Amino acid sequence: MTNSFGEFENAKIFFLIGTNMTEAHPVAAYLVKRALKKGAKLIVADPRKHDLAKKADIYAQIKVGSDVAFLNGIMNVLLTEDLYDKKFIEENCENFDELKNTVMAYPPEKAEQISGVPAGTIREIARTMAAVKPAMLCYTLGITEHTCGKNNVMSTSNLQMLLGNLGMPSAGVNPLRGQNNVQGACDMGALPGVYPGYQSVANKEIKEKFAKAWGVDNLPEKPGLMIPDMMAALPTKKVRAFYIFGENLANSEPNITHVERELGSAEFIVCNDIFHTETTRFAHVILPAAAWCEDEGTFTSSERRVNRVRKIKEAPGDAKPNWWIFKEIAKRMGHEWKSNSTREIWDNEVSVLAPAYAGIKYSRIDGGENEPMNRDGLQWPCPNQDHPGTQFLHRDGKFTRGKGLFKGIEWTPPAEVEDAEYPFVLSTGRRLFHYHTRTQTARSGLDMILPEETADISHADARELGIANGEYVRVSSRRGSVKVKARVTEQIPPGLIWMAFHFREGNANWLTNNVFDPETKTAEYKACAVKLEKIG
Amino acid sequence: MAKTIQIDGKVFPFDGTKTVLEIARENGIYIPSLCYHPRLGPASKCRVCVVEVEGMRSLQTACSLMPTDNMIVQTSTERVIEARKMVVNLLLANGNHNCLYCDMNGDCELQEVVHHLGIEHPAFIVEEKMELDDSAAFILRDPGKCIQCGRCIAGCNDQVVNEVLDFGYRGSHTAVICDSDIPMGQSTCVQCGECVQLCPVGALLEKKNLRKAFPWETRKVRTTCPYCGVGCQLELHVKGEQIIRVRGVEGAQPNLGRLCVKGRYGYDFIYSPDRLTTPLIREKDGNLREAGWDEALDLVANKFKQIISESGPDAIAGVSCARSVNEDSYNMQKLFRSVIGTNNIDHCART
Repeated sequence: MTNSFGEFENAKIFFLIGTNMTEAHPVAAYLVKRALKKGAKLIVADPRKHDLAKKADIYAQIKVGSDVAFLNGIMNVLLTEDLYDKKFIEENCENFDELKNTVMAYPPEKAEQISGVPAGTIREIARTMAAVKPAMLCYTLGITEHTCGKNNVMSTSNLQMLLGNLGMPSAGVNPLRGQNNVQGACDMGALPGVYPGYQSVANKEIKEKFAKAWGVDNLPEKPGLMIPDMMAALPTKKVRAFYIFGENLANSEPNITHVERELGSAEFIVCNDIFHTETTRFAHVILPAAAWCEDEGTFTSSERRVNRVRKIKEAPGDAKPNWWIFKEIAKRMGHEWKSNSTREIWDNEVSVLAPAYAGIKYSRIDGGENEPMNRDGLQWPCPNQDHPGTQFLHRDGKFTRGKGLFKGIEWTPPAEVEDAEYPFVLSTGRRLFHYHTRTQTARSGLDMILPEETADISHADARELGIANGEYVRVSSRRGSVKVKARVTEQIPPGLIWMAFHFREGNANWLTNNVFDPETKTAEYKACAVKLEKIG
Repeated sequence: MAKTIQIDGKVFPFDGTKTVLEIARENGIYIPSLCYHPRLGPASKCRVCVVEVEGMRSLQTACSLMPTDNMIVQTSTERVIEARKMVVNLLLANGNHNCLYCDMNGDCELQEVVHHLGIEHPAFIVEEKMELDDSAAFILRDPGKCIQCGRCIAGCNDQVVNEVLDFGYRGSHTAVICDSDIPMGQSTCVQCGECVQLCPVGALLEKKNLRKAFPWETRKVRTTCPYCGVGCQLELHVKGEQIIRVRGVEGAQPNLGRLCVKGRYGYDFIYSPDRLTTPLIREKDGNLREAGWDEALDLVANKFKQIISESGPDAIAGVSCARSVNEDSYNMQKLFRSVIGTNNIDHCART
């Protein structure tokens, strides 16, 4: 997030696209609703009329996968009606002409054809956004989980730059991260192209810095593989060993049948986990790990805040902290690592090697002697120990990369669209009462509230197919088929089916399409074609 | 000259942003209150915080009283104490305030006020049995202990804006209701537990670990929620190794005490009997067998070394975990880059 949760309550207007905070980020939704009570305006664009959509001043029920066309349509109005922030663009941005050329080909009427949002609504959104400043744009996986995910993301920043909504409080482009430490895992360099702190593996100086710190002669310069490419390389044996740390890929990746074929073909799989999962079935070695509450450490939240995580109990049996497991493997491969606790790893390595965290030390986020746990975490960038942390990025329009770069972006449809045989669109996500593949929530009593998966369908489709609420139906795609209870809800428009991936039975990923954004390799979880049948 | 207020003979400057209750408490003068909560602001409902103000005929509620220059306040005159006693006696009359049995014994604001006022025996007792509402998954409602302070309602409607709770009925029948007075488990309540956190008494209790610990037996540990990316700050109340309850950390960014159902109640998994407790190695027949750390780690290291020598480091790939701590991810990528010699390290960064 460029900005912070603390700014939500004073926001004047929100533009929420592809985010259902009420279920996926409930506490963020509270903040939005509190701002609405204080008079903030709310614009929601989402295929589902979810709880916040119902509270919106303007709701755009966009078709799945039409985000770029819809956003281009809004920007078209801003340009044609001369409603954009010329001063901000002149001073802080570049490549404006490319954007202009592209979006001029998306008049609201064309955007309407693609997105299903009436041209009048698109105009109204543009005029409202231009009239109220700053606006806070938030998105979640509804934007990223498409074959055009990167383009969707860039379109949101195009819009915010065009409106000059960056570099100030209660503004910005704010992706809400799905998991507690996705931000942190990225920050730590668990990415194929960057070291901790987003320092490129291709940069010679950076490479030398890390080689010296890690006591090795050389480090690989070539960026590595992303998850889908790793898995695709298992059957061909290009990747012979696959180390899976705390991920249940067999349930969470798209097209389970395909994923399990890949995992089943692997020569050697190692899993660190706290439970047996559908994925550990494929493991050759399973290493028992310490869980949350069983070790000290830090998580980094969506707002770039490095927060402390604390130990209250011992890990069961012989389970060990994951950092220790990696250190022990390194030792057996001839490398003695010095740091012997999470505190030493952070204070002596991470914050020394990554300039953005240089000012973050355990002592600063731990609290004082008398009140040892009273401190809030610090937000990066935090370049030195006197720095208070950074609440929002790009202050006064000064972008990290220099100038804010506009990109002209063309809309592309999802890889698989509905047809006569598979006439419904399936979109997927997460529900309030569970979390991912339920490894944690199923063992915490939440099954009491939500005991099984459902296929959420519209009243109109239910009526047409004679399906009653709670009745079992069959949902099938070209990749698989599941039997699941229908949940008939006003949130869903006709033609759409919405499912989650919390349960093995009825898991949406038996159906989802294993196609990916060409650059980010994010799967198109949000769009594929399915058919819906009444059973019996 | 700064404006000043005199409370119990002591003079304090004020800037006009704080109530008399807040000024008094900041300066170590105890004024009891039950409906006031720092996050909810003045409610002026319970009238336990009444004080005497020179020049004002009736007693004033300190929680809503803004100071004026040279105001003179007395917090514990006989008149004030008698009024408070009457209020508290009436609160005690309506219910089943059995501290001996209550999970909140020792962490109850009503108990604190009763103790402070020295009410040994309640003045009036009304024998009226009230039914528990046991219908919800995680929250137990005991209307017999409810003092109608309204904090749960303010929390539900203004703090988390889930808009489930409200007052129903009238006069002495006034009660907190869910939606149109249906059991909580059938209502639109999403079990975020905000009401439980704000309840000053034991009228809203957590069903998990009921009667497992008194408040004074637990230690409080601040940590970060293991679910979504908001990064809510949790205060774990722990007895031995067992989490008894979870509270949002009041005043801490980003949640300022608020939580959702997963953050507040989704913690049992760490105690699950399903936990993996020993390294496991798969035998040729496909079965897993238990192994020691040395054997398992040697096997992994040797296999990696063999693959590196036969096929090069890029024949090994790894996926890190988006739930585990930063330091774990750091060490994993360090293992891949500096020991194995490949950048084949990723995690579910984009999903």
